[in-house]
Amino acid sequence: MARASYGKLVAFLAARTRDVAGAEDALAEAFASALAEWPAKGIPRTPEAWLLTVARRKLIDAARRRQTGEAAAPTLLLLADELADAADGDAPIPDERLRLMFACAHPAIDAGVRAPLVLQAVLGFDAATIGSAFLVSPAAMGQRLVRAKNRIRDAGIPFRVPEREALAERLDAVLEAIYAIFTEGWSDPAGTQARSRELADEGIWLGRLVASLLPQEPEVLGLLSLMLHAHARRDARRGARGEFVPLAAQEPTRWDAALIDEAEGLLMRASRMKAPGRFQLEAAVQSAHAARRRSGRTDWAAIVELYDALLRATGSVVVAINRAVAIAEARGAAEGLAALDALQADARLTQYQPYWAARAALLARRGSAGAAAEAYRRAIGLESDPAVRAFLQRQLSYFT
Amino acid sequence: MEYLLLIYGNESAMLSAPEEASSQRHAAYMAYTEAMKKAGVLRGGNRLRPTSDATTVRAPGGKQSVLNGPFAETKEQLGGYYMIDVPDLDAALAWAKRCPGTAHGSIEVRPVWQM
Repeated sequence: MARASYGKLVAFLAARTRDVAGAEDALAEAFASALAEWPAKGIPRTPEAWLLTVARRKLIDAARRRQTGEAAAPTLLLLADELADAADGDAPIPDERLRLMFACAHPAIDAGVRAPLVLQAVLGFDAATIGSAFLVSPAAMGQRLVRAKNRIRDAGIPFRVPEREALAERLDAVLEAIYAIFTEGWSDPAGTQARSRELADEGIWLGRLVASLLPQEPEVLGLLSLMLHAHARRDARRGARGEFVPLAAQEPTRWDAALIDEAEGLLMRASRMKAPGRFQLEAAVQSAHAARRRSGRTDWAAIVELYDALLRATGSVVVAINRAVAIAEARGAAEGLAALDALQADARLTQYQPYWAARAALLARRGSAGAAAEAYRRAIGLESDPAVRAFLQRQLSYFT
Repeated sequence: MEYLLLIYGNESAMLSAPEEASSQRHAAYMAYTEAMKKAGVLRGGNRLRPTSDATTVRAPGGKQSVLNGPFAETKEQLGGYYMIDVPDLDAALAWAKRCPGTAHGSIEVRPVWQM
């Protein structure tokens, strides 16, 4: 069944009962019924409505069997829906997926499980697939998802698009979850691991969905722009022999021009709404890099300014490292290294590959061969992608 | 849905607070309680006497024990509670955020088990 329909039906049912797992189960049973009946009786005129009716029946029956007070209110809603449908059976099923995503990204849900929840509830992925993307065993991922769904139901997490005041903050959590899904797909940009490649596509699909449902939210457009920019360069990230090609060395002709154009259009629309935010800033950095396809050069001074704003907005260590690299490009390796040194206090950095890779490149540029070699070794030891490792080893070989 | 707002704070700090701070806190709680009443969400609530007045009962393996003091020595102690009836977690959290207790302690928001 089309991916869009699955999410819509889960969202519609879960929004009424607050029970995501219950909705998924009821829908699974409805699909099973469809597989059993449709070949013989033919596909109904409105298959979505058919599935919804069957799933809803099962939910009402399940609630009756439980016979507890807590089931009463949602059951009444479901029954009311039934009556309404009997009167107007051809009405399209309202799209509650946004409400479902806000529930999945609620502050009361552990940040690490929001992206997996969205993948399961909205896109129908199973725990094993999601687990493999986030490097967690299927059993552990399954447990986390069950706990999270229980929490949504038992703590009373609402299925609601938040009001104006809370919207920006809550929306950021939804967008973060989508971005986490997208970046998980990047561990293998060449797409030789079919699963990783799929996740980038899923991230973009979700980004487009939210953009269609919230077209006046600049950060939503910013996120989609950011993802499209990054995705446009996926073919250029690998050379003919599968070797890693850093951004500076990529051929703009290998970038997907149509995707970049779309990304630029989105960013322009967003900036007209005059409400800057983290994702718009990230997209703007990508836009500055993409400009190389026309001008042949990169405006590093502008990129530094964008990272300054991003750092103020997020305080993120990743941003700080990228900013240091940009400073080095704009003002010289010594200043870039000074910016990196300012981060030394953070203990997590000793395990963070990008920090060592950046440090190594800047030390090399400054001519500190010994220190650069040492930093490259540390980066290599922390890198899991074989192509990137090979690239770093090549860099190291210039100093040994 | 019913929720309990459990108000935790550093007892000794509160008990040794100067007169003015105490009466300000008292006034803040009065206003807060009044707001809940007017909104129609209040189902109950009380300020509790300090843990020095607490007594803890246990019966491990059937052997009853009665000890002076709270169930455990903690940095923050339970000082009071409210029971509210609101549509969902967001509404409960909104009330919790307004509670004067957040300034010097924590408010735990616990859904009541629906029977």
